[in-house]
Amino acid sequence: MTTTQNDRFLLAHGGGGQLTHQLIHDHILPVLGNNILAKLEDAAKLDLASNSICFTTDSYVVKPLVFNGGDIGKLAVCGTVNDLAVTGSKPVALALSFIIEEGFEFEVFDKILTSIRRAAEENNIAVVTGDTKTVEAGSADKIFINTAGIGIRLAGVDLGIEKIAVGDKIIINGTIADHGMTIISQREGISFESRLKSDCAGLAGLTCELLENTAGIKFMRDPTRGGLAATLNEIAEASGLSIEIDEAVIPVNPTVQAAADMLGFDILNIANEGKFVTVAAPESIDDCLRICRNHPLGKDASVIGRVVETRDMPLVELITRIGGRRIVQMPYGRELPRIC
Amino acid sequence: MLDRINNARKTIEAVCKKLCRQINIMEVCGTHTVSIFRNGIRSILPKRLRLISGPGCPVCVTDQGYIDTVLHLANRDDCVIATYGDMVRVPGKDGSLETKTKKGNVKLVLSSEDALQLARDNPDKVVVFVAVGFETTAPSTAVVVREAVQQSIDNFCILSGHKLVIPAMGALLSGKNANIDGFLCPGHVSAVIGYGAFGRIVKDFGKRCVVAGFEPIQIMEGLAEICNQLATGKAELKSVYTAVVTESGNTTAQQIIAEYFEAADGSWRGLGVIPQSTLRLKDKYRRFDAMKRFEIVETPSEENPGCKCGDVLCGLIDPPQCCLFGKNCTPQTPIGPCMVSSEGTCAAWFKYGRKKKNNP
Repeated sequence: MTTTQNDRFLLAHGGGGQLTHQLIHDHILPVLGNNILAKLEDAAKLDLASNSICFTTDSYVVKPLVFNGGDIGKLAVCGTVNDLAVTGSKPVALALSFIIEEGFEFEVFDKILTSIRRAAEENNIAVVTGDTKTVEAGSADKIFINTAGIGIRLAGVDLGIEKIAVGDKIIINGTIADHGMTIISQREGISFESRLKSDCAGLAGLTCELLENTAGIKFMRDPTRGGLAATLNEIAEASGLSIEIDEAVIPVNPTVQAAADMLGFDILNIANEGKFVTVAAPESIDDCLRICRNHPLGKDASVIGRVVETRDMPLVELITRIGGRRIVQMPYGRELPRIC
Repeated sequence: MLDRINNARKTIEAVCKKLCRQINIMEVCGTHTVSIFRNGIRSILPKRLRLISGPGCPVCVTDQGYIDTVLHLANRDDCVIATYGDMVRVPGKDGSLETKTKKGNVKLVLSSEDALQLARDNPDKVVVFVAVGFETTAPSTAVVVREAVQQSIDNFCILSGHKLVIPAMGALLSGKNANIDGFLCPGHVSAVIGYGAFGRIVKDFGKRCVVAGFEPIQIMEGLAEICNQLATGKAELKSVYTAVVTESGNTTAQQIIAEYFEAADGSWRGLGVIPQSTLRLKDKYRRFDAMKRFEIVETPSEENPGCKCGDVLCGLIDPPQCCLFGKNCTPQTPIGPCMVSSEGTCAAWFKYGRKKKNNP
């Protein structure tokens, strides 16, 4: 029996025997193979340009698996790349583990692999090791991907929340909430889904260019789950400083805003997958904006706020379009669509 | 836009100065409440103007007895519950739909049509639609009942928790809080029932009623209109939402409500039983009424004695004055329904205003 006779995963594909062998040789290696992965050793041996590295891990579970602007494979690569990018490193190596539900279609799996390859190529990162496990139908939802990534730290770059000071500015590289609203709308079958597109993208090209060409960058973070609200609250809490942001200059796609309004969501709480927040000294802002705006992933970059003194406790405050003020809280978890 | 907002603000400030007392204005719609918080409107208003968030969020006013009935049905093997998202966290006596039901038995829907489709897709189960909301959602419930009748979809029924706005405002003014100077009336509901319906509140209680949309400019101009009336000693009905709301409303929507529903006495969280304030299916559609189909006997609701949702809804206290607020009762662990919905008064205070006591 060969895998080509099956169009779906069997439990035996994770059993370490003949079917696992075929899965690796017929599906994975033809798409993702490279000199290191092809050795199929228990661990990848890497010769790195520096022994100062960033190391990260993440897991990806998304429904639907394929969405406008990406799929779980692209998301896994870009998400890991971005975690390495915003810590001031150049991503070089990626590990991938698949947990696959019995019955999952090979056709979809192959598309995900292709998408992983494309994202890895675009981000100059190699998949150097991996693993697959299959679980009984019902024990997982189609496919889960776990990743680990290594990045080489950029020379002379040392980012940290503790470097943030009053007067620093906050930059975002483009429109917010695109990913989260695309996923939610597609999941809920809302009619404007076709006009929404996830921002899923690997940011290392832009972050490396920024960090190598400007001196005043203090800190970066990608506002994924919990959106801009979570990231800014994390920065305020960890730095002990407060943040003010201006609603009128936060870039938002009008369709995203309409979808969020319809469901009663606050776009500040909605996930992004191709955005990063930069905190930088005021004198480096012009350089940051120029570099961002010359890059396809930063053309809508905007200075959205500033770091200010804390009075009682560190707060994130929004100056609204009408000149009012309100506190931006740490989101408390799952957003629920409202009634009318 | 900012000019008009500034003009409205100046009017409000001038009236507050002239009257030299606290002005109490209640917004009756949850969407107004959220917009007021989200846009920081309180922060640009004089302190003498107090905005009270009234009984206008459908989740907030749903009493515990109703939730307990939903939970009871959710735990039957033959039922699937179709509900709007923000109902799943509302606590009943022993938990919520999120925590206390069989896996897969509760489906979130965005519309009544989704609920009916669920019935078509699950012919071996009875799909119970948790039909809550005011005059805005009642027509869409009536539409799916009509479809279920026409297409003989017998495994579909509704648990009506629909409520009517005007009787609640009347009850509020007759009982718990007559100290309200005017109402910012709900734009969505008015689009259905027509702004003329609020004439009763003006006539019977001498309260100013101004219908407004949900943009900050419309809210500010609505508040300015109420203040202007106060300054000149008038109490009138007015709409500043003329693009959407007419005096007589949407007669098609009114007709379909009248065809399928009749007014009945019903329980409101915090306000108790209000005569003729809820909608139940007419007897000829009884097979689509979950209460009748499953022979449910209404039980009096038992509310947490510490929960002050009722006083919040009546404008007697602001959420931070409830001893559970922000401590035992948070959006993660809501005790009263006002904390559950994103439109709930307590959730809005928690999210947008908790840390600043005087100027949320």
